[in-house]
Amino acid sequence: MIGTFPRIPSGCAISGMMSKKGRRMNGEAVIKSIALMHDRSNGLGGGFAAYGIYPDFKNHYAFHILYSSKQNRIDTETYLKDKFIVDRCEPIPTRNVDNITDPPIIWRYFLLVDGKSLYDNAGQPVDERDYVVEAVMYINNCLDGAFVISSGKNMGAFKGVGYPEDIGRFFCLEDYEAYIWTSHGRFPTNTPGWWGGAHPFCLLDWSVVHNGEISSYGINKRYLEMFNYRCELQTDTEVVAYFVDLLHRKQGIPLELTCKILAAPFWQEIDRMEPEQRAVYTAIRQVYGSALLNGPFSFIIANSRAMIGLNDRIKLRPMTVGIKDDMVYMASEESAIREICPDLDEVWTAEAGEPVIAELEEGVEV
Amino acid sequence: MSVYLPAEFNVQIDHTLCRRCRRCVAECGFGTLSFKGDKVVADHKKCVACQRCVSTCPEAAINVVKNPLAYKENHHWTPEHIKNLHKQAATGGMLLTGGGNDKVYKSYFDHMVLDACQVTNPSIDPLREPMELRTYLGSKPDSLEFRYSENGEYKLKTKLNPQVKLDTPIVFSAMSYGAISLNAHKALASAAKECGILYNTGEGGLHKELYCYGENTIVQVASGRFGVNQEYLNRAAVVEIKCGQGAKPGIGGHLPGEKVNREVSQTRMIPEGSDAISPAPHHDIYSIEDLAQLIYAIKEATGYEKPVSVKIAAVHNVAAIASGIARAGADIIYLDGFRGGTGAAPTIIRDNVGIPIEIALAAVDDRLRKEGIRNKVSIIASGGIRSSADMAKAIALGADAVAVGTAALIAMGCRLCQKCYTGSCSWGIATQRPELVRRLNPDKAAQCLINMIRGWSLELKEILGALGVNAVESLRGSRERLRGIGLNETELNILGIKPAGR
Ligand code: SF4
Ligand code: SF4
Repeated sequence: MIGTFPRIPSGCAISGMMSKKGRRMNGEAVIKSIALMHDRSNGLGGGFAAYGIYPDFKNHYAFHILYSSKQNRIDTETYLKDKFIVDRCEPIPTRNVDNITDPPIIWRYFLLVDGKSLYDNAGQPVDERDYVVEAVMYINNCLDGAFVISSGKNMGAFKGVGYPEDIGRFFCLEDYEAYIWTSHGRFPTNTPGWWGGAHPFCLLDWSVVHNGEISSYGINKRYLEMFNYRCELQTDTEVVAYFVDLLHRKQGIPLELTCKILAAPFWQEIDRMEPEQRAVYTAIRQVYGSALLNGPFSFIIANSRAMIGLNDRIKLRPMTVGIKDDMVYMASEESAIREICPDLDEVWTAEAGEPVIAELEEGVEV
Repeated sequence: MSVYLPAEFNVQIDHTLCRRCRRCVAECGFGTLSFKGDKVVADHKKCVACQRCVSTCPEAAINVVKNPLAYKENHHWTPEHIKNLHKQAATGGMLLTGGGNDKVYKSYFDHMVLDACQVTNPSIDPLREPMELRTYLGSKPDSLEFRYSENGEYKLKTKLNPQVKLDTPIVFSAMSYGAISLNAHKALASAAKECGILYNTGEGGLHKELYCYGENTIVQVASGRFGVNQEYLNRAAVVEIKCGQGAKPGIGGHLPGEKVNREVSQTRMIPEGSDAISPAPHHDIYSIEDLAQLIYAIKEATGYEKPVSVKIAAVHNVAAIASGIARAGADIIYLDGFRGGTGAAPTIIRDNVGIPIEIALAAVDDRLRKEGIRNKVSIIASGGIRSSADMAKAIALGADAVAVGTAALIAMGCRLCQKCYTGSCSWGIATQRPELVRRLNPDKAAQCLINMIRGWSLELKEILGALGVNAVESLRGSRERLRGIGLNETELNILGIKPAGR
C-alpha cells in the first residue's frame, strides 16, 4: 500500500492494438498512436499493457511492483519469498527522460506457486489464481510502500506520472515485443503524483485502460467488497478489472455477456427481445444491477487471448475501431489509428454498450 | 371525575362572510360544529384540526387556529405532558393516537445531501435519454449460469426465484381495511395497478371487490391471521408476514368492534361487531426457526411462485434480526422505521420505541453485505418517507424500494390530525361510517395517488440524471453519492457516508 488516495476524476486517451495471429510487435507503434492524442492527456499519467513480452517465462506470474523505498522492497521480497518460488527478480530497465522525474523503485519478479501452498487454513484446496489475487491484494493493501501494478503471465504493465510517450520511452518499450498493446494518457483534474494511479490497471492477466468516470462507482465498489475484492485505491478503473475477474474468471460468464452486464441493454430494448433472449437479459439486470457501470466511459480491456472495446450504454465517450488484415485497433480517435495504419480495411465507431471483442484466432499459441 | 381540559384548537367563524349553508356542520366528522339560533357555533374542544370545514366552506369563512392558551413556561413539563396526565387521571387508560411519531427526534434525511455531476462527468437529461426506474423485488442468486445454444445464442440456465416488477421503486404501505375505508383501499389498489407498483392489504384481509388487483397486491399474514385463506394468499403478488410495525414495535393491534361492520367482518372473517385483536407476537413464532417454518409453509401453499416478505419494526438489534430473516428464507425484508404511521397505537409506544429508518436501513444493508447475503433479499424501507428526496436517499443507503403510507394518505386528502383511531375521519379515509366513507371518491383519490407517484418518479429521474446515471440500480446502495451535514463521526460511520466537503 502506498498511502491513501482520494478518487480523482479524469479524462483520457486510450489506444490498443492486437494481432489476432499472435504476431509480436515492439512498442514503437503504440507509443506513436497514443502520442498523437497528446492533447487528451495532461502529463499526469500514462501507461501501457503488453502481452507476450516474456516468452521465456510464460508460465510464471510476472509481478511488476512499485516501491517507495529500498526497505519497502526488502520487506515485500520477504513476503514474496514466503508465498512464491521466486525464479528471477530484477529492476525493470528504464532510461532517463527529461520530463519524467522522481520515479519510484520499479522491479519485476517471475513467480511460481508451490502446489503445497494451495491449501487454506482448514486444509481445503485453493485455486492458484485466487491465491495470486490474494497475494496482490495483501501487498497493495497491507504492505507499506509497495504496489503491484501487474501480476499476469507473459504480460506486464508499464506506467507512471508523465505523458504516455515519455513513459513509453522511459520504460524502453521499443525493446519489448507483444501481440497486444494497450495504452493510456491521463487527464486527471488534480494530481496525486502517484505512479500507481496511472492506467492500465491490472489483475492477473487482465488489464484495463479507461477513458471516463464511473458514476456508479459507490455501489460497484460495495458490490465487489461482498466478493472480497478490496477497492482501496479509489480509482474507478480498478473496479472494472475486478468485475471481469469476478464475472468471467470466477463465475464463468462468457466475455460477451460479461460486457453486457457492465453495459447492460435498456429495458425498452430487452422488452422487445424474443422470449429466450429477454429471459437472459432480464436476469442479467435483476441479478447484476450493482455491477452495471454507469457514467461516461470507453474501455479497452485485455487478457492473454482477447482485446475488448466497450462503451457506456449511451456512449458518452468516444471509441473507434479499425481492422487491417490480422490487426485490430481501438482508440479514442480515428486519427490515432490512421497514424500507425493509414490504410485500414474497415473502420467504424463502436456503438453504445456494444462490446467489440477481438480474440486470438483458434489454435494460435502464445 | 370529568376532565377540565382546554381546547387544543379554536375554530374561528367569520359570521359576516358565512351564508349559513350549514355545510360545515355536516362535514365535520367529529361533531364540532352545530347550528344554533341563526349561526354556526363550534365546540372547540372537539376540533382536531382536520381542516375539513376550512377546506369545504364555500365562503372561506372558517379558520382553525391553535389555542394560544398559556401554560407557565416549563421545559420539562411541557403542555403535552400536563394534558396527558390530566387525561390519564380521568380515565386510567392508555392514551391512544394515530399517525406516526411526531416528536423532535433528529431526521437523518434532513442531514444528508445528494451529489451531482459537474464537468468531469456529464449529467444526463431525463427528457432526452432513457432513465430507468424499474425494480424487481425478490431473492437473487450470487451468479447466473448460461449455456451456449446451437443457434449461437446464450440461454439462461439458472432458474431464478420469483421476482415482482415495480415500474418505479415505490409501494404503498400496509394499511388494513378496517383501519381505513374500502374506498381508500380501492384507490390504493387501482393506483398501484395504474402505476405498475404494489399496494399492501395490511392485516385486514382482502375485500372481494379488490381481487382483480391481485397482481398489484401484497397480502399480509399478521398475528391475528384475519382473512387468511388459500385464495387470499394465491391472489397476491407478494405474501408478507407482519412481525412488527414501526409505529408500535412489539405491540399487537386492536380494531374496535364499532369499526367491524358487515363488510369488514366478512373480509376479516370475524363476527360482526367483535373487536379484532392482533396479538403482539405471532402465536406460532417464538424464534427465528419458527419464522422459517411459516415462510416455508406460505411458500408451499403458494407453489413457490411468490416472494415472501417479512415486515419488522426498526429496533436496536435490527441488523442481526434482518440477517436471521434473510437466512430463514425470506425474499424481501420490509423495514419500518419509528416514524411509520399507524391507525391506532399507544402514544407512549409510538413516541418512544424504535429507531429511525435511515439508521436501521444503513445498518441492515451493511450487515447483509458483510455477510455476503445482500443479494438473497430485497429491502423495502419505510417509516416517514415524505418526498422523492427521502426516497432517493433511502435508495442510496441501500433500499431496493420504499414504502409510503402517510404520504399516500396525505395525497388522498389526509391532514395528519392523528385521530385515525377514533373512526371519525372527516376525509373518509380512516373511518367506516358510510356517510364519511362516501366522501372519498375512489377514482379521484386514485388519480391523486397516481399523480403523486408520477411526480416522485419524475423527480427521481431528475435526481438520477443529475447524478449522471440512467438506472436506479446505480444509485442503490451507492452511499458515495451522499454526504452528511451536521452529523457526528459515529453517525456518519453508521450511515456509511462522508461529511460534506470530503
Ligand atoms: S360551510 Fe362556511 S358558509 Fe357554510 S355554514 Fe359553515 S361557515 Fe358558513
Ligand atoms: S386519515 Fe383522517 S383521521 Fe387519520 S390523520 Fe388523516 S385526516 Fe386525520
